[in-house]
Amino acid sequence: MRRMLSIARKESNHILRDPRSLAVAIVMPIAMLLLYGYGISTELRDLPVGILDEDRSPASRDLVERMISSGFIMDAGRLDSRDAIEPGFRKGRWRAVVAIGAGFSESLIRESVGRVQVLIDGSDATTAATVDNYLKAVLALAGAPPGESGENLENLPLAGRARILFNPELESANFIVPGLAAIILVMIGALLTSIAVARERETGTMEQILTTPVGPREIIVGKVLPYLVIAYLDAALVVGAGRIVFGVPMNGSWIALAAYSLLYLLVALSLGLLISSLARTQRVAMMAALTATLLPTLLLSGFVFPRSSMPVPLQWLGQIVPATYYLTVIRGIMLKGEAWFPVEGGVLAGMAVLILGAAAARFRTRLE
Amino acid sequence: MSARGAPIRVEGLRKSYGEMPALDGVSLEVGKGEMIGLIGPDGAGKTTLMRILCGLLVPEGGSAKVMGFDCAREERRVKEHLGYMPQRFSLYPDLTVAENIRFFADLFGVGAAERKTREERLMEFSGLGPFRKRRAGHLSGGMKQKLALSCTLIHTPEVLVLDEPTTGVDVVSRAEFWEILDGLAREGIALLVSTPYMDEAARFSRIVLLHRGRVIAEGSPAEVARGSRRKLLQIRGPDTVRAWRLLREEGPRGIEALRFGDRVHVAHETDEEDSSVRRALAGLDVSIVCVSPGIEDAFIALMGGKETGTA
Repeated sequence: MRRMLSIARKESNHILRDPRSLAVAIVMPIAMLLLYGYGISTELRDLPVGILDEDRSPASRDLVERMISSGFIMDAGRLDSRDAIEPGFRKGRWRAVVAIGAGFSESLIRESVGRVQVLIDGSDATTAATVDNYLKAVLALAGAPPGESGENLENLPLAGRARILFNPELESANFIVPGLAAIILVMIGALLTSIAVARERETGTMEQILTTPVGPREIIVGKVLPYLVIAYLDAALVVGAGRIVFGVPMNGSWIALAAYSLLYLLVALSLGLLISSLARTQRVAMMAALTATLLPTLLLSGFVFPRSSMPVPLQWLGQIVPATYYLTVIRGIMLKGEAWFPVEGGVLAGMAVLILGAAAARFRTRLE
Repeated sequence: MSARGAPIRVEGLRKSYGEMPALDGVSLEVGKGEMIGLIGPDGAGKTTLMRILCGLLVPEGGSAKVMGFDCAREERRVKEHLGYMPQRFSLYPDLTVAENIRFFADLFGVGAAERKTREERLMEFSGLGPFRKRRAGHLSGGMKQKLALSCTLIHTPEVLVLDEPTTGVDVVSRAEFWEILDGLAREGIALLVSTPYMDEAARFSRIVLLHRGRVIAEGSPAEVARGSRRKLLQIRGPDTVRAWRLLREEGPRGIEALRFGDRVHVAHETDEEDSSVRRALAGLDVSIVCVSPGIEDAFIALMGGKETGTA
């Protein structure tokens, strides 16, 4: 116990006295939060949309009016003909065009369905998908009855109608901040621990430590403890800053969040230990830790790209990424106010046991 | 204690890395208060032997015992009695002198009260007292090495294993360091110290010459130096390299010419060989003198003998 605490104290000293590792531990999460929070914005406000009204009927004018007044799109200009669509895209005047064909009001009356064409700039595929969803939502909104008049409902029936739950304002920060917490926890956890152990191997101090009667468990726990505290601090920092800066809601229980975060952190720290038992130098450890955590978490966990739209093999791959489960948990707690995640909790616990077991088995008090 | 025998006892130790044998049946003993020098070039197996002694490596054959405890099976007990300073003695540069010592005191399970008195003693003999609050990274090479030694002595071990402790340390600090080690031996500690410097061999009461995982000579420095029955011709001069090539390629049989820096040493046994070497080199601009072998020469002679013996 005293040996363990002594290692933990020594490790804390290393962290506190090394400005670089302190920066990695404290500044990086905040920088990432601000960068991603403002940068990866999947929400669109004042989307420049060109409008082509070939119908020029009261019904089509009404639709255009209501679309603009929805506040989500910016009227980027009226088009006279279809020929004007492409040049406008090329010049970047609009990101999308809503074209109301000449037969709009007629078909509205005859078939009770108004057909509207939406053209989207597909050069930025991610944005295009978002724009598509937005315009559908805006059209739905515009198509909704302005008053109680049943007449209008008849007049503008809708092919589809979306109701967005849990994040009704479609604030991307609400989506990104929990995801960032997932990334930062696994990165700090795995990166810092693996570097800390690899550094001792590289400088030869591990050899010195191993000549003392200290046991492997004392070394592992003593080394991991300070990083657990730091990572926890980081998690609080990210969630706290997310609430203050981006106004992300916290609808669930803090205790549940802390408990599941601990489980997730254990997975991350074990991963760091496992990596350090394989890597001989700090450089290798760093590369391995980043490769094992950052990219899979970013790409496969559903942080940025929805898992449901991934190819099936990638979905399978995503199932071995710890963040996949933690994301479900943290979004569930913060946005939906849930508290009970038996499957995700079980998987995370299983991962922690498995990886820690492998790391402990590989961590020897011998040099070979 | 007497039933357990010498503090360090190594018998027929074998260890290899893949195909390469690192230790090929090494036996040695270090008694109480004895300081033994383990001498040999890089790759002779010095570090491997020392790592086995402190339980960091497991031997493939033979046995190694420290204070009667088996180094492979009872390594935790061994560690309580042994202080080991690795070749790259490494401390935490961002921790202060006192923090480094305290850390190792904790790892060795030294109590707080006991640590204080031991720390005082170590500070006194190492002269580190005034630098207690200084970070280890800001110490001079000699000071660092004394701090490393202090860290390995904090649990008052009966056996001290030092792997090339004077490598990379200035001459004055080296001399000081050897005095400290002499003092430790007088206190009854058994010391096994390796060095690649042949000129440091004279400091030991007994030396063990290690080459390619085998003990090729053992005894007091004087004994080892005399032990070589061979005589040595030292060849120096502008044509040294040509002389060396000539002797290697078409020199008389039964002699070995070994290049050592700016000199060539020729080990031989008979006067006849002596004159044949001189005849072969006639016409070259070199001086040829017969020298009495020092430890270095003895080593080279022995090493050369081994090489031709196996080739």
